Amino acid sequence: MNDLTKLTLKQALDGMNSKEFTSQDITKSHIDAMAEFKGLNAYITETPELAMEQAKASDERRAKGEVGLLEGAPIAMKDLFCTQGVRTTAASNILNNFVPEYTSTVAQNMFDQGMVMLGKTNLDEFAMGSANITSNFGNVINPWKRNSDDKDLVPGGSSGGSSAAVSARIALAATGTDTGGSIRQPAAFTGITGIKPTYGRCSRWGVVAFASSLDQPGSFARTVEDNAIMLQAMAGYDAKDSTSINKPVPNYMAAMTGDIRGLKVGVPKEYRMDGMSDEIAKIWQDGVDWLKDAGAEIVDISLPHTKYALASYYVIAPAECSSNLARYDGVRYGLRVEGDNLDDMYEKTRAAGFGDEVKRRILIGTYVLSAGFYDAYYNKARKVRKLIHQDFVNAYQKCDVILTPTAPSGAFAIGENNDDPITMYLNDVFTVPASMAGMPGISIPAGLSNDGLPLGLQLLGRPFDEETIFKTAGVMEKAANFIAEPSMVFEKAA
Amino acid sequence: MSIDKETVAKIAKLARIKVEDNELEKLSVELSETMSWIEQLSEVDTDGVEPLTSVVDMDLYKRADEVTDGGIRDKIVANSPESAEGFFVVNKIVE
Amino acid sequence: MSNLIQGKTGEWEIVIGLEVHAQVIAKSKLFSGSATTFGSDANTQVSLVDAAMPGMLPVINEYCIEQAVRTGLGLGAKINLTSVFERKNYFYADLPQGYQISQQEIPIVGEGEIEIELPDGTSRNIGIERLHMEQDAGKSIHDKHPTRSYIDLNRSGNCLMEIVSKPDMRSADEAMAYVAKLRAIVRALETCDGNMDEGSMRCDVNVSVRKIGDELGTRREVKNVNSIRSVGQAVDYEARDQIRMIEAGEKVTQQTMLFNADDSTTRPMRSKEDAHDYRYFPDPDLLPLVISQQYVDAINENLPELPDAKKHRFMQEYGMKLYDASIIAGDKPRAEYFERVAKGRDPKLSVTWVTTELMGALNKLALSIDKSPVSSEQLGELIDLISDNTISGRIAKDVFAEMLDTGKSASNIVEEKGLKQVTDTGALETLVDEVIAENPDVVANYQSGKDKLFGFFVGQVMKKTQGKANPAIVNELLKKKIG
Ligand SMILES: [Mg+2]
Ligand SMILES: [Zn+2]
Repeated sequence: MNDLTKLTLKQALDGMNSKEFTSQDITKSHIDAMAEFKGLNAYITETPELAMEQAKASDERRAKGEVGLLEGAPIAMKDLFCTQGVRTTAASNILNNFVPEYTSTVAQNMFDQGMVMLGKTNLDEFAMGSANITSNFGNVINPWKRNSDDKDLVPGGSSGGSSAAVSARIALAATGTDTGGSIRQPAAFTGITGIKPTYGRCSRWGVVAFASSLDQPGSFARTVEDNAIMLQAMAGYDAKDSTSINKPVPNYMAAMTGDIRGLKVGVPKEYRMDGMSDEIAKIWQDGVDWLKDAGAEIVDISLPHTKYALASYYVIAPAECSSNLARYDGVRYGLRVEGDNLDDMYEKTRAAGFGDEVKRRILIGTYVLSAGFYDAYYNKARKVRKLIHQDFVNAYQKCDVILTPTAPSGAFAIGENNDDPITMYLNDVFTVPASMAGMPGISIPAGLSNDGLPLGLQLLGRPFDEETIFKTAGVMEKAANFIAEPSMVFEKAA
Repeated sequence: MSIDKETVAKIAKLARIKVEDNELEKLSVELSETMSWIEQLSEVDTDGVEPLTSVVDMDLYKRADEVTDGGIRDKIVANSPESAEGFFVVNKIVE
Repeated sequence: MSNLIQGKTGEWEIVIGLEVHAQVIAKSKLFSGSATTFGSDANTQVSLVDAAMPGMLPVINEYCIEQAVRTGLGLGAKINLTSVFERKNYFYADLPQGYQISQQEIPIVGEGEIEIELPDGTSRNIGIERLHMEQDAGKSIHDKHPTRSYIDLNRSGNCLMEIVSKPDMRSADEAMAYVAKLRAIVRALETCDGNMDEGSMRCDVNVSVRKIGDELGTRREVKNVNSIRSVGQAVDYEARDQIRMIEAGEKVTQQTMLFNADDSTTRPMRSKEDAHDYRYFPDPDLLPLVISQQYVDAINENLPELPDAKKHRFMQEYGMKLYDASIIAGDKPRAEYFERVAKGRDPKLSVTWVTTELMGALNKLALSIDKSPVSSEQLGELIDLISDNTISGRIAKDVFAEMLDTGKSASNIVEEKGLKQVTDTGALETLVDEVIAENPDVVANYQSGKDKLFGFFVGQVMKKTQGKANPAIVNELLKKKIG
């Protein structure tokens, strides 16, 4: 086998099953590729020795007939999932040298299914960002280039290291977390597929928290089917997470029947925003046509509070983060900057430990929760959130899935779009509403922009109905026939 | 909504983040912009709307009262910037 | 009894409200599975959750909920079927999460009322404002190093019930009686061990003063008050200090004070009071706590007898006086001890021996009843020996003293020392005859009308038997012989 990194996760699993190659073979290929694409800065911590050990152990298990769902597959882990003995930083200086004594439930589930972990991928600091430009470990570079210039593009965020790694073929698949779009938007920016399952489907235990009521682990891979395999391994009830739901995990692969005849696909009118670019509008229409051709029924729906989702998100997420990040105080782990007294130590530690975006959000969160402002902001935002949730409940009376663009544009260059925080926040305009409602969503690559960059389409589903999402996405993926490869990978192959 | 420099200083103190005087102005402008943008929420009619508590529709799981954890002091202090005799150590706290 | 304090400018009324933190009796913590035992080595009862490691999440302990509901029912309070855990955000070295999970807007227990007994024999009702569940903090130790503080998180995450009274108390005595009664209730319910020296019950005392009929004055909150006596001292000191300030033209400002048990004074906790802004909001890691009425009813049905009910029953069943009844019924081990002694025995003897003899002795020895050198079985046997005339009540006191000293059983002591009452009429008659023969003058005097001398003869017979003669038989014989 020449380039094992070009395989999909499914192909890789099949290849190992049929003894065409071993886990050690494919792991080694990925480790070599990681070295080659080090410039993308997709990983914060690479663990090649550990990966080879795990691959060897996997091959031994396979020889004994023990074959997990992810048996022997080299996969990347967002550096927000705690991994015992492997540094976990959340891309923050404050956790620069934190080595957890425990492994998050999701990562453990994956290890239990035979995963080989290649390393910990880069992200926006504490998952706060939409472009992976707030990491203490440097920007991640999108393996794609646009036609018009040679500038380095962002991979999306916050799970930008994961999306770049899967896109660049330096991981078969990767984990991510999605708080307001942090899986779906980077998947769209890098031409791959990413799913954020329903809030409560994957355990948050051992995942460094950003905004507890929104955070949800999910996956990246190059196909819908690969994501179904990933989610199958990751999902499940966890008594250690009080917001994890005690429902059996359905067979996601089996759900991909390819048959969506009679399926009702909702198209929300509020997502057709002022100033939407022609290319986004076109790709959205393509999606509608593909699904119609496959026998689905298109219904117009309304999600009337869409417009207010971002603003309410930017109250609730910072409020929760201001409290969640209070534990980084220099006492028990992480960075400490000594001070004249305890408060001085706290203030210096947190000033040195957090980057600008994280500080901004902590300050906003502190402000909206503080005496006298709670009702005007925090409670107001929770009421708006209720209305957004109700919008989706109403919509799902009329349709089974909802089709929208994933992001208002393709990837942009590092340095663009960051004139002010709000411009950056607008990247999440299509992904945030479902996050606020806790609904599942997937982004699949649907085509290329005029400038040669991948554009994504988003499918949202009913709570805990990832099966319909996978089924529909599978159909759309086939119709879209997205075969373009990022220029870096393409050039390498050439 | 404008957040003046004094307010920035006050919330930074609450959040225990040291902000130098020369950073206050910039933060004041940035936070004020964000808050004015958030102000659009006031357009939404939320009369009679109960705030959303959780998107998860289920009962709170309650565990049995069993001792299942602890006894891992080494792991607890393993990452500590300063520890002694199994304690975490900080600046002297004066009450 | 007037509770008013005479100041230079007239009479002042003290207004007191109490916040009592009571640690719930449970094997494990409120949101983690680590143990709650007191006094273990530093950080050995700490889980990843208690240390607030990144990504750790709280999972509630079912039994703590049950204990809080039980306590609420014991306080005659309203139980809220839906309550909400909120985060109270502040930074402190012994607060690992940077917030305390507590209940603010909707606590699990609402308003209730308890009855307190005062030293003058009266009783009155004190309102309960609320009871909520929350996490305890860890402990900072300041004496291990000259310039550093040491943090132990063993206590961090233990379940506390914060029980808040209404500002219904008007004197140190009332405040002390309130804490005593609260402690008796939680002990009877077995929801808190009430050990104030181990910190299982800690009081914050809110004190203000006002002239009769005035609005409430500005209150100061005294923290760290860790005995019932200290509660009284804190109230007295605060009241006097506040009256002094006001009468000197100073203003009382709302402040947190720290009680100093060494000299029974209070002082401001921090030189400069930080503006507290706890930024409470519902904990997104937890869902609202919903319990059913059936659940509450089931707990209610199995509630043990509470101190007040017991007090009334003791008065009724055993003829105890109010004071004795509240002393015995108000303390679970005492009440249990008493009932074991009284079971199947003469109520009057049982009451006297427990309330007077035993309690008197234990007070002198400064021992609590569970440390009593004389067990309830042993005391019961002693009472049996009195009841069946094996020994007299007088001898019984000597035997009891010996029991206290040696821990031996009453029958052993009576046996060893030959203290059995002499009831053999023949033997006693011989002794009576001897006494009459030895004291002809006294007999003459007695028979000439000095009735009081009768006792002399009884005493002489007793002397010859080392007190063991049955007094009734001696009396009877003497009457027969010398009229
Ligand atoms: Mg309090
Ligand atoms: Zn409290």
